[in-house]
Amino acid sequence: MSTLITSPSRAVIIAVFFVLLAGFPQLNQDFYTELVTRVMIMSIFAISLDLLLGYTGLISFGHAGWFGMGAYVFALLGTKYQLTSNLWLTLPAAMLVTAFFSFLVGLFVLRTRGMFFIMVTLAFAQIFYFLFHDVKALGGSSDGMNLRGKPTTAIGNWVPFELTDTNTLYYFVMVLMAALLLFMALLLRSPFGRALQGIRENEHRMEAIGFPVFRYKLAAFTISGAFAGLAGYLFAILNSSVNPEMLSWHQSADGLLMLILGGMGQLWGGVIGAFTFMLLQEVLSTFTKQWHLWLGIAIVLIVLFLPGGMISIFERIKGIWKRRFA
Amino acid sequence: MDLILIQTLNAVQYGLLLFLVASGLTLIFGVMGVINLAHGSFYMMGAYLAFTLTSMTGNLLVTIVLGTLLSALLGAVLEWALFSHLYQRNHLQQVLLTYGLILIFEELRSLLVGDEVYSVKVPSWLDFSVPLGSVMTYPAYRLFMSGICLAVAVGLYFLIQRTVIGARIRAGASNRAMVQILGINIDWLFRLVFSLGVALAAFAGMINAPSATVSPGMGTQVLIVSFVVVIVGGIGSVWGALLASLLVAFADTFGKVFLPDYAGIAIYVVMAAILLWRPEGLFKS
Repeated sequence: MSTLITSPSRAVIIAVFFVLLAGFPQLNQDFYTELVTRVMIMSIFAISLDLLLGYTGLISFGHAGWFGMGAYVFALLGTKYQLTSNLWLTLPAAMLVTAFFSFLVGLFVLRTRGMFFIMVTLAFAQIFYFLFHDVKALGGSSDGMNLRGKPTTAIGNWVPFELTDTNTLYYFVMVLMAALLLFMALLLRSPFGRALQGIRENEHRMEAIGFPVFRYKLAAFTISGAFAGLAGYLFAILNSSVNPEMLSWHQSADGLLMLILGGMGQLWGGVIGAFTFMLLQEVLSTFTKQWHLWLGIAIVLIVLFLPGGMISIFERIKGIWKRRFA
Repeated sequence: MDLILIQTLNAVQYGLLLFLVASGLTLIFGVMGVINLAHGSFYMMGAYLAFTLTSMTGNLLVTIVLGTLLSALLGAVLEWALFSHLYQRNHLQQVLLTYGLILIFEELRSLLVGDEVYSVKVPSWLDFSVPLGSVMTYPAYRLFMSGICLAVAVGLYFLIQRTVIGARIRAGASNRAMVQILGINIDWLFRLVFSLGVALAAFAGMINAPSATVSPGMGTQVLIVSFVVVIVGGIGSVWGALLASLLVAFADTFGKVFLPDYAGIAIYVVMAAILLWRPEGLFKS
């Protein structure tokens, strides 16, 4: 389950998916190109959350804190303090800053378990929400900030690509998403990834056989925060603006919903979930102003009747198929 | 000096109000093991009920009695229809379902009463100010509110500490299986606790409506602060919730006075400090 490609049929599906994804911007529908860019960014966000939720068994309800922080790092460096807008400096900076703060927060929150963990992660995300909402030095304002522009990509005099171009940004995000999927596949197959999954299954047993469980969890929390920061950074670039709502608990909840829809603890769950969720949102909001009402009803029904997510539909169909014909 | 007195009165009043919301939340956590994100919506619903019912009846007290009964009934129905299915589920599913409920409640609120900010009139017999020191005055309604909240808190104390039902609730919080073995109908106990929690939250929303505004985002705001109260006080502990409510209210009120820029995070700093000291909150139930 944790490997990137588990069967030939899966390899074909994945290849087709990426070919379609790569071909999409050639239709030259800028609106939809941006929409899919946004979906891929949300996929990155969901995948980063899955490292905690699906693989380590930590239900974080404050993941938006890292998402927003990554975005604000770019806003502060590039717009508020105008230190640099260079991609090769600001992107690592966004990831390093979010990694650093997730590490610090992790020291606190990983001392707690169960319900406490859910609430404490939420509370920490609220701290960052209020910092970016109230503190002037951090660009604090309920309206957020409009950015001066996209990151520059120059290395010396050489400019490899321009992120101002809609299609280039699309491909940039797509490559990062693919790289993250590959990274996750490798990580989950590594001893480290196996240990995390062991912690998810039985924390006490892992402790008993000598794994430093706390350190493993802290490492997962830090990595996960850094990738959420990456997603936020990309989101800020796409929108050319940041605002404190990026750190709100609705954003955290959206991430959880995507994973529930797509299936958590499955490499592709985040991607499937993000596509389903965002397209659902797009479609529903054109039909009705009350799309949140329908989303809410859908969530309630899914939790009551389909707790395994969308992927479990396929599993169920497969099960029925096997019983009938095999 | 007068400023500090007034802020202290504000903090006590806010703390008691917070306690009414958080006590229900912590009981539902402690007794049923359910994490209920929709609890803030009940507070919001209370405020909107106050607005709607006062414009129909014209009397705040009638409104509060009627509204509390309606909310308790709604709580029982919700428990029966939805929450009773959540007890066996994991926390994630509880979080998601109750988050879904928030979306539903918010949209229904928007459809039924709109997105405007409303205010509820202070009843005329309380619409005056009490002189405080030489120059300051304090609105009488706020004192009345503190008194009522205190009375409800004392009532809750007697219910939980001195009655058979209270003993069962406490027993349910500490050992659910044992309560069942003793032949107590746990379904009805849960339903009672849940509808009590909903009624308390809605009551808090109603009584606070005349001294604040009735606005769309109020449920979320109070929910997250109530979470902090429950974390600080310890899950399932009503007395922890009382102490933590006052602590949080003082941190928030005085944070706004002394460090306005950082007021939003004052309560979280308190929370982080307490967690570092006691990871399970002040009172472990």
